[in-house]
Amino acid sequence: MPDATIQDTPSQDAAYNYGYLDEQTKRMIRRAILKAVAVPGYQVPFGGREMPLPYGWGTGGIQVTAAIIGREDTLKVIDQGADDTTNAVSIRRFFARVAQVATTTHTKEATIIQTRHRVPETPLTDGQILVFQVPIPEPLRMLEPRETETRTLHALSEYGVMQVSLYESIARHGRIAKTYNYPVMVNGRYIMSPSPIPKFDNPKLDRSPALQLYGAGREKRIYAVPPHTPVNSLDFDDHPFEVETWTESCELCGSTESFLDEMIVDDTGKRLFVCSDTDYCESRR
Amino acid sequence: MSTTLLAPGFADPSHDAQRLFRGVLDAFSHPGRIVELPDAPAGPGTLSPAASAFLLTFADRETPLWLEAGVDRQEVRDFLRFHAGTPLVQAREAATFAVIIGGGGEPFAGFAIGTDTYPDRAATLVIEVPALDGGPITTWRGPGVDGEVQVAIDGLGDGFWPAWTANHALFPCGVDLVFASGSRLIALPRSVAVEA
Amino acid sequence: MYVAVKGGETAIAHSLDLVADKRRGDRDVAELSLDQIDQQLGLAVDRVMTEGSCYDRSLAALAIKQARGDLIEAIFLLRAYRTTLPRFGASEPLDTTRMVAERRISSTFKDVPGGQVLGPTYDYTHRLLDFSLAASGERPEAPTAPADATHALPRVGDILQRDGLLEPPPSNDDGEARDLTRDPLVLPASRPLRLQNLARGDEGFLLALGYSTQRGYGNNHPFVGEIRYGHVPVSFVPEELGFAIEIGEIEVTECDMVNQFAGSHDVPPQFTRGYGLAFGHAERKAMAMALVDRALRADELGEAVTSPAQDEEFVLAHSDNVEGSGFVQHLKLPHYVDFQSELVVVRMLRAEVEKRREQAALAQAAE
Repeated sequence: MPDATIQDTPSQDAAYNYGYLDEQTKRMIRRAILKAVAVPGYQVPFGGREMPLPYGWGTGGIQVTAAIIGREDTLKVIDQGADDTTNAVSIRRFFARVAQVATTTHTKEATIIQTRHRVPETPLTDGQILVFQVPIPEPLRMLEPRETETRTLHALSEYGVMQVSLYESIARHGRIAKTYNYPVMVNGRYIMSPSPIPKFDNPKLDRSPALQLYGAGREKRIYAVPPHTPVNSLDFDDHPFEVETWTESCELCGSTESFLDEMIVDDTGKRLFVCSDTDYCESRR
Repeated sequence: MSTTLLAPGFADPSHDAQRLFRGVLDAFSHPGRIVELPDAPAGPGTLSPAASAFLLTFADRETPLWLEAGVDRQEVRDFLRFHAGTPLVQAREAATFAVIIGGGGEPFAGFAIGTDTYPDRAATLVIEVPALDGGPITTWRGPGVDGEVQVAIDGLGDGFWPAWTANHALFPCGVDLVFASGSRLIALPRSVAVEA
Repeated sequence: MYVAVKGGETAIAHSLDLVADKRRGDRDVAELSLDQIDQQLGLAVDRVMTEGSCYDRSLAALAIKQARGDLIEAIFLLRAYRTTLPRFGASEPLDTTRMVAERRISSTFKDVPGGQVLGPTYDYTHRLLDFSLAASGERPEAPTAPADATHALPRVGDILQRDGLLEPPPSNDDGEARDLTRDPLVLPASRPLRLQNLARGDEGFLLALGYSTQRGYGNNHPFVGEIRYGHVPVSFVPEELGFAIEIGEIEVTECDMVNQFAGSHDVPPQFTRGYGLAFGHAERKAMAMALVDRALRADELGEAVTSPAQDEEFVLAHSDNVEGSGFVQHLKLPHYVDFQSELVVVRMLRAEVEKRREQAALAQAAE
């Protein structure tokens, strides 16, 4: 098994507080997180700060992680399932620098996992926190651009517009063609965006023993799914929810069960498939 | 001039607050779980260490606090003003946080429960109890609970659990609770149903 | 085997070195000093301070240097620094009648108390490239009349208001000014919050929206009541003193836009206001802001909301160039997991269509 320790340069900047955010800001975010946990799936507005990384590049996830992380934590950061994609490296370096925290690539060793677009293949456990980076927290946004409207729809549990949208997809394609950011119902009350994870990952959100925290920096929203909470992907009786499948297997570890990335390997368009989750893949080789 | 000694706050503000926050987050994520708070400050005596720790972790200038008469004492006020800068309010509806002893009478009446569009604008109440176990057994079900969990908080008033059932029925509105005893606490978010 | 865009650590380190190298450019060319940027690219500094919500010329100059002149990047740098600064409190409202004006014009009256002061403006320059600037050369100092700091400079709007021809400044309903950079924006927003948003908003975005109102998309017949630019004192009340003390001076540009309002059965016709304020000398920004501010008051004034500039949610949600720049450019991040999900479904749907076609062809052949 390869060494999971990542060589970063932990040297705290004296000019910045531990975890980058000031204590007042952390308290504000922590209060928002408690309310988010108390009302699963509801988007809590918070006074999102400008971060030294661009909006859309994980500022919400970074603020959530900065508000919860401590010296006893071990942090894993993934983007597209991989620990070594550039943005994951950049965020991990940021926390190694401002929070002097231990980092890992092993899902099992991490106490906090910040992710963009994937849920690890390795099942999570009690005590772990999964922090999602969320670009558009409002699941109804593409159907209704107005915040004042969508907020009312959530208040009234008036979700017909979403059902209609999924049904239109069936009418046109014969199936629900939505593939990522597939809407879910949390604890039977709020429709929630699971962030742009592939729908392949949706079942992992259901009754997970880990705590899920979702941070949207630009849109200034935090929401949560507590452990053991029902998370159902929306579907119809005659068109049940289904996930992506591949006829291929991973070129490196042979897995037929994980989410596969497709790579074009030469000019003639020859393709091969490898696991998106690099830690899972390496642990099987 | 006051001659009372001010009870100490956090020794290491950033890291103490972080550890305590994670303890409370663990409690909210697992309703019914008894969480022992690491290094909770002793507090000003009339507040339990767990209640003191909770308030120092979450309260500040932006969060008005309501104190029940039994805890509303000079050393408590001095402690919270000095360490947290928290404004103390007389009106329940203005409070973000409140400290209550035992939860008798109508324990939740008057506190902010949020609105249908902003249910997060609801109060969190800290309830001081003699013990988190050994009391009458109740069964809790809801988000954060794997199936169901039995909780036996001691020293609550007779009308407490019926009042909670009414509060839970307001979901997604409603208050959230923290039961504090010594340096331990249990959280009860509004999403959880309790069978007494 | 082909290796995907991974192994980021070294690549990032090299990229950081390269951008620092590019920033310095040819080492044979003298390096820019922050003073040079402040003094000779002062309008860029003004814009960065305004949209960066931080009045500090040297920090803004540093941000411009670090960003190689990319002003949106510089605004981002300044904001990310600003957000870490402790707050001591809020200043007293600026009193711009106390401005020592370098420039002050009104286009609604030929002359106004305090006079029309043209000051430094590009308005009457002929836009001919001045090749004498290509060679460095000293310029003689321009003659200036001493600015009058002794008299208050009354606002043109106040004079109109006295006659009831212009509405009084709209009141701030929620009393205390909230801080957009500390609390999330809640919609519908109050006017103070809208103005904060517009002050931080992208100049180009506001310019386009303001322009659109002049072309019929929410027309409100604007006149420049007044534009003034100059120094104003900033006062602050320290809690331990309990009274205001002057803590410094800042340069601002203020625009009071006067707009037609038809009135109604009960309300006599009256002019209404739009307001713009920017740090430094930034007339285009202040005027565009004033036009959009007025357009966003449509609801309050009982006008139909029919155009983009009148649509509060649309304007406030998209005015910020740091947010917009980040989200547009995040498309550069890898999205191959989502794209893979789409590929799987598109292939499946294509196969299904293909199958139906074949079946239809077979059925046709059989007939």
